[in-house]
Amino acid sequence: MLDTNKDSLKLEAMKRIVAMIARGKNASDLFPAVVKNVACKNIEVKKLVYVYLVRYAEEQQDLALLSISTFQRGLKDPNQLIRASALRVLSSIRVPIIVPIMMLAIKEAASDMSPYVRKTAAHAIPKLYSLDSDQKDQLIEVIEKLLADKTTLVAGSVVMAFEEVCPERIDLIHKNYRKLCNLLIDVEEWGQVVIISMLTRYARTQFLSPTQNEGGREEAKGPGSEEAATTALPARKPYVMDPDHRLLLRNTKPLLQSRSAAVVMAVAQLYFHLAPKAEVGVIAKALVRLLRSHSEVQYVVLQNVATMSIKRRGMFEPYLKSFYIRSTDPTQIKILKLEVLTNLASETNIPTVLREFQTYIRSMDKDFVAATIQAIGRCATNIGRVRDTCLNGLVQLLSNRDELVVAESVVVIKKLLQMQPAQHGEIIKHLAKLTDSIQVPMARASILWLIGEYCEHVPKIAPDVLRKMAKSFTAEEDIVKLQVINLAAKLYLTNSKQTKLLTQYVLSLAKYDQNYDIRDRARFTRQLIVPSEQGGALSRHAKKLFLAPKPAPVLESSFKDRDHFQLGSLSHLLNAKATGYQELPDWPEEAPDPSVRNVEVSGGERLNCVCADCMSHTSPSVSWLMRVASGGCGFHAESGRGPRAPALDPRSPSTDPESESASDSKSSSESGSGESSSESDSEDQEEEKGRSSESPRCLMTLAEDKAGTGSLLAHFHTGPPPPLQLLSPGSGAGRQELLHRVAGEGLAVDYTFSRQPFSGDPHMVSVHIHFSNSSDTPIKGLHVGTPKLPAGISIQEFPEIESLAPGESTTAVMGINFCDSTQAANFQLCTQTRQFYVSIQPPVGELMAPVFMSENEFKKEQGKLTGMSEITEKLTLPDGCRSDHIVVQKVTTVANLGRVPCGASDEYRFAGRTLTSGSLVLLTLDARPTGAAQLTVNSEKMVIGTMLVKDVVQALTQ
Amino acid sequence: MIHSLFLINSSGDIFLEKHWKSVVSRSVCDYFFEAQERATEAENVPPVIPTPHHYLLSVYRHKIFFVAVIQTEVPPLFVIEFLHRVVDTFQDYFGVCSEPVIKDNVVVVYEVLEEMLDNGFPLATESNILKELIKPPTILRTVVNTITGMEKGETHRELPSWVKALNNLLPAFCLIPISGSTITAEIQGVIDACVKLTGMPDLTLSFMNPRLLDDVSFHPCVRFKRWESERILSFIPPDGNFRLLSYHVSAQNLVAIPVYVKHNISFRDSSSLGRFEITVGPKQTMGKTIEGVIVTSQMPKGVLNMSLTPSQGTHTFDPVTKMLSWDVGKINPQKLPSLKGTMSLQAGASKPDENPTINLQFKIQQLAISGLKVNRLDMYGEKYKPFKGIKYMTKAGKFQVRT
Repeated sequence: MLDTNKDSLKLEAMKRIVAMIARGKNASDLFPAVVKNVACKNIEVKKLVYVYLVRYAEEQQDLALLSISTFQRGLKDPNQLIRASALRVLSSIRVPIIVPIMMLAIKEAASDMSPYVRKTAAHAIPKLYSLDSDQKDQLIEVIEKLLADKTTLVAGSVVMAFEEVCPERIDLIHKNYRKLCNLLIDVEEWGQVVIISMLTRYARTQFLSPTQNEGGREEAKGPGSEEAATTALPARKPYVMDPDHRLLLRNTKPLLQSRSAAVVMAVAQLYFHLAPKAEVGVIAKALVRLLRSHSEVQYVVLQNVATMSIKRRGMFEPYLKSFYIRSTDPTQIKILKLEVLTNLASETNIPTVLREFQTYIRSMDKDFVAATIQAIGRCATNIGRVRDTCLNGLVQLLSNRDELVVAESVVVIKKLLQMQPAQHGEIIKHLAKLTDSIQVPMARASILWLIGEYCEHVPKIAPDVLRKMAKSFTAEEDIVKLQVINLAAKLYLTNSKQTKLLTQYVLSLAKYDQNYDIRDRARFTRQLIVPSEQGGALSRHAKKLFLAPKPAPVLESSFKDRDHFQLGSLSHLLNAKATGYQELPDWPEEAPDPSVRNVEVSGGERLNCVCADCMSHTSPSVSWLMRVASGGCGFHAESGRGPRAPALDPRSPSTDPESESASDSKSSSESGSGESSSESDSEDQEEEKGRSSESPRCLMTLAEDKAGTGSLLAHFHTGPPPPLQLLSPGSGAGRQELLHRVAGEGLAVDYTFSRQPFSGDPHMVSVHIHFSNSSDTPIKGLHVGTPKLPAGISIQEFPEIESLAPGESTTAVMGINFCDSTQAANFQLCTQTRQFYVSIQPPVGELMAPVFMSENEFKKEQGKLTGMSEITEKLTLPDGCRSDHIVVQKVTTVANLGRVPCGASDEYRFAGRTLTSGSLVLLTLDARPTGAAQLTVNSEKMVIGTMLVKDVVQALTQ
Repeated sequence: MIHSLFLINSSGDIFLEKHWKSVVSRSVCDYFFEAQERATEAENVPPVIPTPHHYLLSVYRHKIFFVAVIQTEVPPLFVIEFLHRVVDTFQDYFGVCSEPVIKDNVVVVYEVLEEMLDNGFPLATESNILKELIKPPTILRTVVNTITGMEKGETHRELPSWVKALNNLLPAFCLIPISGSTITAEIQGVIDACVKLTGMPDLTLSFMNPRLLDDVSFHPCVRFKRWESERILSFIPPDGNFRLLSYHVSAQNLVAIPVYVKHNISFRDSSSLGRFEITVGPKQTMGKTIEGVIVTSQMPKGVLNMSLTPSQGTHTFDPVTKMLSWDVGKINPQKLPSLKGTMSLQAGASKPDENPTINLQFKIQQLAISGLKVNRLDMYGEKYKPFKGIKYMTKAGKFQVRT
C-alpha cells in the first residue's frame, strides 16, 4: 500500500503501522518502504512518517540517512511550523553521524526570527547532548545565546536545556536573572517549574541566608553549626535582603495561585528554602489546596508537608483539620496524613488529635490502625503531658479482639514503658497475662523483653511466665525464642533460686535449635551466667551486662532530616539520591557580588530623564531633594542596589553631568528595553517606602517656608524651571495675562499657577501674580478690591503692594479656592487711582495636587472608581510624542498630577487629588507601540474628569 | 525528563506504549506489576516506584494506569501533573477516556502524545492548541479533510458572532459529622467556562461577594494583577471548555449543610441479628430539591447479609465486598426516604467492633451553597453582543457520616 500513488491508501497504511508501534509490535522491517515516503506531499502522511522515523531511525541508521536531506530542506522553509518540525524530527533521530548537521541546524535555529523555532532549538540541545557529549562547549554557547532571549516561549525550554547540559555553569544566569524573574509569570507552566527550581539553586549560591541572624537556631542543628555560629555572632549587622532575592520571592508568589500542582509545589519549595521564616507561611494554604486534588498529587504533597511540618509546625497548625482522614482515602494517603497529624500535635491541640486517633482505631483498614497506634506512641513520647492518657488508651486496646491491634499496642507500650518503668508494674502484670492469648511473635517478644527487663517489679509473675514459655519453647518463632533466652538469663541473675533449673532447661533446648543464631545465643548466655570452674571474669560482670539500664528508644518521624534534599524533588520523595539530582547548595557565608546581575549600566545611577532634565539647572542640595521626591513619584531609577539608593552625596549629581546626560540619553533605550528595569525600579521604591512617604511631606514644609518668605520665592521664579516644581515635574501652564499694559495704563499683570500648596489654606490654589510697571510714574497701593465671587469660591488676597516704581516688577502670591470648578474668580485689582476688573479662570489641571501612591494602591482606588466615574477616550499619539519622556512631560504640563510607578512599559499612570474636596483623580494612559492609545480618567468629579480628558488629549495630540 | 509512557489496564496488559527518547523495554513494567500485586487495591499502588535504572511514576484514572518512565531527577509532581493532563486531553478529545476508546483511536492518541512532549519535555499541552495540530476524530472529519485539506495558520473559525459563556459553580463538600456535630466542613468550588467567541474578546467577570473566596487558583489566562487589586477576573479566554477558576471557601464562613442523616445501627452480642435504619432529610436548601442522592456504606466483615426495605429508590448489598448501596433519587421533604431492616451476622461471632461510615452523594441544581454569586460578565475588544448564561450547581464531595 505504501507504494501506491494514492495518498489515502498511504495514509491508511501508515496508520496501521503507527498503530502497530503504539501496541509495541515491531515494525522495523518496513523501514525502507516507509522512509521513501518522507518527501510525501500529503501532510498527514508526512506526520506519520516522521513519527515512524523517530521511533526506528536508531535501529536502521544507514537507511535513516536517506531522509536527512528532506529535513535540511525543511529547515529553510519559509513556514515557521515546518522549520520547527523539521528541526524537531532531525534532532530526534538518534544517529551519531549527523551530529555536525544537527549542531549546525541548532545554531541556525537559535537565531531564527520565530520564537517557536528558537524554542525547538532549545529542545534540540539536550537531545544532541545526550547523543554526543563532546559538543558541550558549543552547546553552551547556544544556550548562552538563547538565555538572553526575551520571549516567554523560549525561556522555559532553554532553562531546561541548561539544567540538562550545564547545570554547574551558574555564571550564565547572572545576566538573565532579573529577566527570568520578570518573565516567570508569563512562561508556560512546565517552564515555570524548571525555572523556579533552577532559580532556587541559583539563589542559594548568590544570596545570604535570610534566617542567619534570627538566632541561628536552625543552623545550630545542622552539621555546619560551629562555623555558622562563629561567623554569625560577630557579624551581627542587620540582615538586609538583596533586592534581587526579594524580586524572586515577590515574582513567584502569585504562582502559588497556579492551577498546576507542580508549579505550586515548586514555589512552595522555593519559599521553604529561600524565604525568611516569617514569610514561609503563605505556602501552607496553597499546599493544603493541593490536598483536594488527585490522590497521586496528595501523596507527593503530603510527603513534602510531612517534612516541612517537622521544621515549621506552626505553618500548618491552622489547617490541622484538613489532614483529617476519610475512610475512603487510600491507605498510603491515610498513613501520610497520620504522619502529618502526629507532627502537628502539640500541647494545645493534642486532645483533638487524640480524639481523632480514637476513631481511626476503629477503622477496618488494619494497616492503618497499626499506623495509628504507632502515631499515638509518638505523640505520647513527644508530649509528656498526655503520656499517661495515651498509655491508658493503649492498655485498653489490649483487650481488642483484633490480634494485630493488640500486638501493635504491645510494641508501642513497650517503648513507652521503657521511659518510665517504675510506675507501671500493673501494666506489666497485665501484659504478662496476655502471653497466653497473643500469638503475634513481635508482640510476644516485646512482652517477654519487658518482663525480663523489669522482673524486679513483678517478682512473682516472671518465673511463672518463664515456666510457660519453656513449655512451648519449641513451637515459638525465632524472635520469641531469643527473648525467652534473654528472660531466662535475666531471671537467673536476679532470682536464681526459683529459676535455675528452668533456665538450664531452656538453654539446653536452645542448644539443639535449628537456628544457629539461637544456638549461639544459648551457648554464649550459658558461658556468661553459669559460673564455671575457671570462674571466668565475664560471669562476674554478667549482671552488669544484662541488666544495665537501657536508654529509652526515641520514636521519631521517618521524615526527619529529609529536608537536606530539595523539597518537591524525586530524591526527597524516595529519600535517596536519584540520578542527576543537583544538590541544593548551602547559603554562602559572604554574599557574592550582586552587580553581576546588572544588565546594561553596571553600577551606574540610572535616572529618569525628567529628573535629569531639571538637574542640570539645580544646585546640589535641591538635586538631593529632587531625587528623594522623584523616588517617591516613581521616576527614580536606581540600578537595583537597594538600601544605599538615594545617594546622599550632594556632589555626585553636579560633579558628573556627563553621567547624567548619558543616563538621560540611555533612559529612553532602557525604558524601551522592557520591563526588567522598570520592574526592579518599582521594587526599589517599595523598599524605600518608608523614606519616600516622608519625602513629600518634608518637601511641602520646605515649600511652605519658602512661600512665607516671599522674596526668596520671587528669586526662585526668575529662573525658567523653578526647582520646586520638581514635585510635579513639568511646569504648569505658562504665564497668563491678567491685565494688559494698555488696558492697565502702564500696569501689566500676569499670573502663573505655581503648583505649590498655598501656605494659608490647603484647599486653595496658589497663584503667583507678577506686576510690572511700564508707565513712567510709580503705581501705589496695589491691592485686591471687593471680589464678586460665585458661590463657594474664596480668595486669599495678597498683601498690599505699597509702591511699584516705573520699570520695576514684583510678584505676589494669592490663594484661590476654586471649589473644584473651573468657574472664573472675578475680582478687582485696585491701585490708588484706578480699579481694574480682572478674572482668573483656572485650567482644570490646576485644580488638583499630586498624590503619591503605589501601583497597587492605584489599582485598588481605580477599582472603586468605575462605571460613571470612569471616562475613556481613544487617541492616536503623533510620532513626536511616543517616548516616555515626552508623554510624561505633556501630561504633567496639563495637569498637576504625580506619576505612579507602573510595571508595564507602555502604560502611564498619574494620580492626584482635587484641592477642595480631596477626591481622587486617576489618569491612565495606555499607549501601544503603534501609536494608538487609550486614556482613562477615574474621578468622582465627573466634570473635572471629562474636562481633564479633553485637555490631556489635546495636549498629547498636538 | 519523561522517557516513555505505558498504558496498562486493570488486568495488567500493556495496551499502548510511547517512547520520547530511546526505547525502554516493556520489561520495566514488571516492577510495576510487582508493586500492583503487593498493593492489592488499585488505589494503593504507590505513585512512585524506584527500580534499579528507572523510576516509574503512575496515575490511576478511569481504570487505566498511566505509567511514566523516567531516568533522572525530576519533580515528581511535574510528571504526575503531566499524566493527569494527558488524561484530561484524551477526555477532551474522545469524550471519555477508556481502554476501548483509546484502542479505537490509537493513531490519534499516538500523534497527540507525540505533540505533547518533545524529548520528554512538555511542548503543547493546551487542548485548544493540540486540536489545531491534530484534529479530533469526528464522523465529519473525513469529509472535511477531503474538501479543505489541512489549512495551516487557521486560528479562528469564521463564525458569526455567536457566543456562549457558561459558568458552573460546583461547590463541593468534605465533611464528617460525628454524633450530631460537624467535625469539619469545607466548600471547594470551580467555575468551568465554555466560551465560543470569535476574535479576541476580553472578558471581565465580577462577583457580588468576592471576599467569600478564601483561596483561589486560576487558569493561566486570568490576569493576576487585576484580581489582586480589584477582585475581578479579567481574561482573554481560550476557545472551548476550560476551568477558569477553582476556589475554596474556608470553614470559618460557617458552611450550611443541606442534608442530615439519621441512623440507628446496632449489633447485639448474643443474637445473630442486627438492626439497621437510615433516614435522610433536607436542611437549609433554600427551597431547592436535593437530587441524585446515593447512600453507600461499607459494612463490617461480620455482616453476612441484610434484608432491608427502602421507602423509595433501590438498594443493593454485595455480600462479598460488604458494600451497601442505596440509590435514593430525589428527597421529598414531606416524605423522608428511609431504609430499614435487619442484618444477619455471623453466628457465634462476637459483635463487630468497627462502625460503618456512611457516605452520601447528592447534588442541588440552581444553588451555590457557598453563596457565591456572579455579578456580571462584560466583554471588551469585540463589537458583537455575546450570549451569556450561568448555571449554579452544588455537589456533595466527600460527605461522610461517622456512626
